[in-house]
Amino acid sequence: MTRYIVKRVLLAIASVFIICAITFFAMNAIPGGPFNSEKALSEATKQVLEQRYNLDKPVPVQFVLYLKNLLHGDFGVSLKTGRDIKDTLFECFKVSGRLGLTAAVLAVICGVVLGSLAALFRNGPIDRIIVFFTTLFTAMPSFVFATFLMLVFCITLKWLPVWDASSKSLILPVIALMAYPMAYVTRLTKTSMLDALGQDYIRTARAKGVPMTKVIFKHALRNALIPVITYVGPMLAYILTGSLVVENIFTIGGLGQQFVKSINNRDYPMIMATTIFLAVVMVICNLLSDIAYKVVDPRITLD
Amino acid sequence: MEAKKNPLSMQIDPALFEAATEDEKRQADVMSESTTFFKDGMRKLMKNPLAVGSIIVLVFIILTIAIAPLVVPYSYSDIIKVNGKRDRTNKNLAAFEYSEMEQKYIDEGGEVFPHIMGTDSLGRDYFIRVVYGARISLIVGLFASILVLIIGVIYGSIAGYTGGRTDLILMRIVDIIYSLPDMLIIILLSTVLQPILENTSNPIINALGTNMICIFIVFGLLYWVGMARLVRGQILTIKNNEYILAARSIGAKPAHIIRKHIIPNCISVIIITTALQIPSAIFTESFLSFIGMGVNAPMPSLGSLANSAREGLQTYPMQLVYPAVLIVLIVLAFNLLGDGLRDAFDPKLRSK
Repeated sequence: MTRYIVKRVLLAIASVFIICAITFFAMNAIPGGPFNSEKALSEATKQVLEQRYNLDKPVPVQFVLYLKNLLHGDFGVSLKTGRDIKDTLFECFKVSGRLGLTAAVLAVICGVVLGSLAALFRNGPIDRIIVFFTTLFTAMPSFVFATFLMLVFCITLKWLPVWDASSKSLILPVIALMAYPMAYVTRLTKTSMLDALGQDYIRTARAKGVPMTKVIFKHALRNALIPVITYVGPMLAYILTGSLVVENIFTIGGLGQQFVKSINNRDYPMIMATTIFLAVVMVICNLLSDIAYKVVDPRITLD
Repeated sequence: MEAKKNPLSMQIDPALFEAATEDEKRQADVMSESTTFFKDGMRKLMKNPLAVGSIIVLVFIILTIAIAPLVVPYSYSDIIKVNGKRDRTNKNLAAFEYSEMEQKYIDEGGEVFPHIMGTDSLGRDYFIRVVYGARISLIVGLFASILVLIIGVIYGSIAGYTGGRTDLILMRIVDIIYSLPDMLIIILLSTVLQPILENTSNPIINALGTNMICIFIVFGLLYWVGMARLVRGQILTIKNNEYILAARSIGAKPAHIIRKHIIPNCISVIIITTALQIPSAIFTESFLSFIGMGVNAPMPSLGSLANSAREGLQTYPMQLVYPAVLIVLIVLAFNLLGDGLRDAFDPKLRSK
């Protein structure tokens, strides 16, 4: 167990390091430096500037300095706005985090409920309807679903305003973000629930006279939830990347919108910082969900 | 009533030696034709209405995008002209609607090909743009999957067949790549590769567009890990089967074993995974196009069409509906076909 956790943490640290390395060297590969402006600087000025920003040092040394700054929480300064990236990052992440967490929690709850219903009423009309919608949702990219929601509820039906910063306007983005993960959780729960219901201990419990509801909640559901735990990490990653487009469609000033904006502006330090930040969040989520999986089910032996 | 026979009696029961009746003989007949694995799978696939439906939808879409550019006289990048003259009234037409100039031309006896899906905000025929968009999406999906297939199978079989320390190192690399957030790396590499590739005068790169190359590079770098893991796992289980041991014991060479025993046994899993890889590649491409990192303009893709339709969402919602529905249809069809293939060809599921 401890060995597994140590191994998993080491792997996570390795991936974070690799992500930092990829971003750093990728950004270095872009032709042109920050001081190659149209108005040519004098050689002396350029030298002073490069010395000031450590650009005169060899690339590996720059990388080490960059890592050191990252560990101190220093992400640099945005080229476009001139603001400290750290401030923008945390400001935006608060918005995205709230949106993403709401979507994630709702996706798991709805998915588990729907999946259990589909398993309990197997091949009935409820199951058919749930299967139909989960199949549809897994084939729909989040941006398609988001624009459709906007088209239907904001433009055709006029139930919600197109642009509104109040909490009410979070309904559509949350639905758009949670559709795919919810469909996936539903599928997972259904399969594992069917699997659990066919186990011997369920029959034993029923034979002992335990009421059906208690059997479902105490015996079947608990075991059916295990695979869902492994999906939580990838789900959060999916929601975070999904928010790149969903936030843009609904103009929510979160990290996703900021990221796409910085890509279009070619604001390289901002792109770098956001990538690393999001990647670290995703790696941590994956790590936690893997460890939780192992803790919850001691039967599982991962190599 | 017959007397109970002593179980130790050596007396022979004459009933066992009677000639079989016609009826009994017929029972031994093989009623069904003997089938191959492939034929049997295809028969199962054809019985699955969802899979057959998706095949029909896909064939229809592929035929349309293959034939439409030959029939429709417009191109995806040119603004429609009437009788060689610039038409300023043909922007954002509805389906099968003609602009004022075209109407006049028709009244004068000229012929104008109808705009099946109307026109876009620049006055280009929308149907042909959607057709080209679907072409791009399908091509990206197909080639990316083939790339994943080649790299994944080679890498996975090396790791699985050699085993030992090689396997350990190769799989650690896979583990690390697997834990990287793919979409972020794609976006990052695309932003970086764009300015680098833009400066080259390579004709192939210019024809495809830098973003397309980026998508392929990224697929080649990141997406093969799932396939590699799968192939390695398959080979590891197959390698330990008795028939491999039997083949080895009579002196079969490794090349022969791989060709005759291992590949036929894992080919179905590989095909199914490839089929399911196509929609995920289409997903990725449309996502990138949507945030403005897909194919270069004026070449359309379904994602970029949906993105540009957002600006006129209030007034021309149909411009969003066409590409969006097409993406959903294509992805849905591939998903269902992949599921159908799995049900039909996966021997492990079949035994259940």
